[in-house]
Amino acid sequence: MNELCKLGIKEARAGLAKGDFTSVELMQSVIDRYHAENGRIGAYLTFDEEGALAEAKANPMGVPLAIKDLINVKGQPCTCGSKILRGYTSTYDATVIKGIRAHGFVPAGRVNMDEFAMGSSTENSALGRTVNPYDVTRVPGGSSGGSAAAVGGDLCIAALGTDTGGSIRQPASFCNCVGLKPSYGRVSRFGVTAFASSLDQVGPLTKSVEDAALLLQALAGHDEMDGTTPREPVPDYSAALESATLKGVKIGLPKEYYIDGLDPEVKRITEEAIKKCADAGAELVEVSLPHTDYAMAVYYVVAPAEASANLARFDGVRYGHRSERSDNVFNLYARSRAEGFGPEVKRRIIMGTYVLSSGYYDAYYGRASKVRTLIRRDFENVFTKVDALLTPVVPTPAFKMGAVQDPITMYLNDLFTIPGSLAGNCSISVPAGFTKATDDAPPLPVGVQFICDAFREDRLLGISRAFEQIERGE
Amino acid sequence: MNKPAIDVAYVAELARLELTDEEKAVFQPQLEDIVRYVEKISSVDVEGVPPTMHGREIVNALREDEVRPSMPREDALSNAPARTGDEFMLPKIVEGAES
Repeated sequence: MNELCKLGIKEARAGLAKGDFTSVELMQSVIDRYHAENGRIGAYLTFDEEGALAEAKANPMGVPLAIKDLINVKGQPCTCGSKILRGYTSTYDATVIKGIRAHGFVPAGRVNMDEFAMGSSTENSALGRTVNPYDVTRVPGGSSGGSAAAVGGDLCIAALGTDTGGSIRQPASFCNCVGLKPSYGRVSRFGVTAFASSLDQVGPLTKSVEDAALLLQALAGHDEMDGTTPREPVPDYSAALESATLKGVKIGLPKEYYIDGLDPEVKRITEEAIKKCADAGAELVEVSLPHTDYAMAVYYVVAPAEASANLARFDGVRYGHRSERSDNVFNLYARSRAEGFGPEVKRRIIMGTYVLSSGYYDAYYGRASKVRTLIRRDFENVFTKVDALLTPVVPTPAFKMGAVQDPITMYLNDLFTIPGSLAGNCSISVPAGFTKATDDAPPLPVGVQFICDAFREDRLLGISRAFEQIERGE
Repeated sequence: MNKPAIDVAYVAELARLELTDEEKAVFQPQLEDIVRYVEKISSVDVEGVPPTMHGREIVNALREDEVRPSMPREDALSNAPARTGDEFMLPKIVEGAES
């Protein structure tokens, strides 16, 4: 087996351009790696090898991308990690798939995820088990756990994921990838199975910040098929990296994110990252986002509410699973859904239905939407004073498979990623170091999060690239 | 603290979701915990604060009203659990009617 699958996008493009290898050899390397490693890692659910090779052959500059299994590619499965969509075949391409093809990427296999993107460990997938490539007894994070494991374990060149409350950034931190959540509206959601429509965004999981810029370039922009994508110009993200520096950059440290419950190794790595930024000439200032403490509560009203509405489309009528016990219309719906959805999805549908139901709407959904405004204003306010925020991504490194059983404990994984999602700004997880090995664990990767104001991905990537250069000693 | 008012069996019915007795027994206390957790938003002063219902406010995102081809019928039917000719086939849904 050759080592081409270990390349990033930038190196792969350089090699293709120089004629060191062909796009078919590159895809074949990913496929060989898939055969050798997927049994152990479980990143992919399915891989249309013939189709991928044929498309690579037709696209001599084509770089393979693993696709999270909720993004539609015509003719391929799109299970969302759910039994309810087993056997489904997409009938059209998502806009982001058209975008990546137009920018020299080829969809490779389909990677695992928590069912309907609800979860933080990929253990909620009904269709496969994905582990962390750095310690196979641990979770890869989630919900884009397959994407992160594929990139972190070199089972692909890069991957697409989606992030609603942290589903790109948290697994990126656990699997040593760069994971970017674009600003809300920066990337089209057309053809991406909806979880919470006011929060969902597609984004890149890559092996470097430069690769994240290259892949975001293929994703970003207005789409007439998604009315939430404004006609804001798309900057040249790679150009924004050329003069990347931390010198004179004002970085805010939100005091609400530096909590007592932080794992000591995460705390150490985050503090070292702060020091590296300061040594590189950044100006670090403590700031406050006073409504942070309410963000989790707001999210667990808003996201389930939107999910309960979005998942109403799974009714056993037009596509997806239909119960054989559909003896009347109520049972057609209720039993098809009962058989098709897993426990976390059921919990969130019930929660969402409850907070939208007559008599509870004002107290829960209505009120949460107002508190969301206060959270958004916190960020707007702070971004008049600083260029970026620097925070931990997750309070802990990757945890053991099966270790977290209680839903609320699992939800706390997204404590630091949810507020930015509610505000709609852009944020990124960048690798920042490894924990010290213990009797129980090898060194585990830990990322740090940078957050910038909405539609300032250029600035976010520039700061991240400057940090990455220090981190890698470049 | 008061026990939250969520009745999981009732809400599941509203959501068209059949639950087993075991699921009801597991979900009821879990959802009470979640509801209790989110109730912390009740202490925030939101007087005069407008709601945020969207990721980003955009007004009148309309395209030209021109006729375009829609998804071909065969594609739309290709994932149907059951079909008859060019239609989705469903179980009898008019309750009480003679078939």
